[in-house]
Amino acid sequence: MGMTIAEKIIARAAGVAEVKAGDIHTVTLDRMMSNDGTTHLTVDMYHNQLKNPRIADPKRMVFIVDHNVPADNPKTAASQKKMRDFAREHGIDFWEGKGVCHQIMMEHYVCPGELIFGADSHTCTYGALGAFGTGVGCTDLLYAMVTGTSWVLVPETVKFNLTGRLPEGVYPRDLMLTIIGEIGAGGVSYQVMEFCGDGAGTLSVNDRMVLCNLAVEAGAKTAVFQADQIALDWLAARGRKPAAVFESDEDAVYVREYTFDLSRIRPAAARPDYVDDVVPAKEVCGVRIDEAFLGSCNNGRIEELRVGASILKGRRVADHVRFLVVPASQEVYLQAMEEGLIQIFMESGAIVMNPNCSVCWGSCQGVIGEDEVLISTGTRNFKGRAGHPSSKVYLGSAATVAASAVKGEICTADML
Amino acid sequence: MSVGKIFKFHDDLDTDQIIASQYLLLPSIDEMKAHAFESLDPEFPEKVKAGDYVVGGENFGCGSSREQAPGVLKALGVQAVVAKSFARIFYRNAINIGLPVIVCKELPDQVETGDEMELSLAEGTAAAGGRTYPCTKLPPYMQEILSQGGLMASLNREEA
Repeated sequence: MGMTIAEKIIARAAGVAEVKAGDIHTVTLDRMMSNDGTTHLTVDMYHNQLKNPRIADPKRMVFIVDHNVPADNPKTAASQKKMRDFAREHGIDFWEGKGVCHQIMMEHYVCPGELIFGADSHTCTYGALGAFGTGVGCTDLLYAMVTGTSWVLVPETVKFNLTGRLPEGVYPRDLMLTIIGEIGAGGVSYQVMEFCGDGAGTLSVNDRMVLCNLAVEAGAKTAVFQADQIALDWLAARGRKPAAVFESDEDAVYVREYTFDLSRIRPAAARPDYVDDVVPAKEVCGVRIDEAFLGSCNNGRIEELRVGASILKGRRVADHVRFLVVPASQEVYLQAMEEGLIQIFMESGAIVMNPNCSVCWGSCQGVIGEDEVLISTGTRNFKGRAGHPSSKVYLGSAATVAASAVKGEICTADML
Repeated sequence: MSVGKIFKFHDDLDTDQIIASQYLLLPSIDEMKAHAFESLDPEFPEKVKAGDYVVGGENFGCGSSREQAPGVLKALGVQAVVAKSFARIFYRNAINIGLPVIVCKELPDQVETGDEMELSLAEGTAAAGGRTYPCTKLPPYMQEILSQGGLMASLNREEA
């Protein structure tokens, strides 16, 4: 029986010729990533709960401080110190303040064909390069760190056939929000989203990251694109080689199939407090905002900063709006400086911050107060996600967010 | 399991509501637990008693992979979480820390916060309001982890 890309990656990691959905396999992990959201707890468990504490292979581990960086209070600083000290003591690659964890992983580690656990739900981003990345909690991460292995239930795969090309002014984020709105927050629970079709070939690695990153918002275990020439060229430019390049067999089993015509996608927005409450962006135009956020592991790369800067150029951020611009990594930040984008943002009145998760996760600089409204390129709009429980978050594309920052209320770029 | 009181929550209950981001970097689960469900029911940590149950709808525990979510529930003495369906990371995390998570399609719509419930893991049933509801049994692999008290206990036992 044929296998999908996801099944082939699991078979490779399990050292078997064939797997099928529903099987449980013990797998050897290619990489394990942990960030400051939970690593202090992992380190405590390592010291206090293990009979035989050890690390299978520090070279496969990466620790990244990105959620609350730089630390905003002494307790945060203590939790991060615990993580930093542990990484140094055990020879684990350690990054701090250099970028959002998934951006760092994509820039420096992820290779096609790998099976990667990350103690962060958006680890599904790595499917953009044909890897199987999935989010786990800190106990799973610790088990994997100690043994180098874990167990996985082979998920069913759902095929998303993409056709056509996105129109001018419409972005992959609009596409993914549209898909999530259609299938719902539990639409692909426990399953893999496989993106394929002619439309997939029109998408860059960045675009693919935008799609894969949000797969967890529809409940997916992960999402994956085939590592085609676009992906392999991107990888080669960074001096890396694939672990394995897989494509789905013609007789591979898909539990469901959807087709999305990219040419029919329009700017979309998710309304508070659910990522799957998606409407055409036009429907929420006019909502007064207090803050706008351009950044995150979903939408803080150079491509989105270019879109934002093209809208801000020669314009001003509305007086009552705080516009946060947060490059997803220092590499992105430096590129944006070189291209003059940071200058444009600052001249327009934006607040340009250091690479970090920022208000997307609601626990560092930029959180919003009681009843305030944020429009965001972040990953989630759950109740209180960006600060006070009564505050509201709308999700939109970089273009919609930048245009809204200028107007002071939600609007699409063509309305400026 | 013993009789306990139900605290009921809605469909697509995300882990940010169980424990908000701003508390995740506190030093320990014990310091975090006073903030469980703060956005929805700030008095939950005082009201909940050891042996009580959390009941949810579809897709319970969606969103962030924060293990602090099942962690604070367990630390507050919640005996088990019963829902129509679970988001996968929460489900796996709960089993890994030894907190039973039980799928029951019918019960959530028939009960309210304050009702009493009794769960039988062995029989795979939940009883409330004079009715008994069938639950889906855990896959044997996960049942084994749970019965040993969680993944770390299971690992330590393998290495005994």
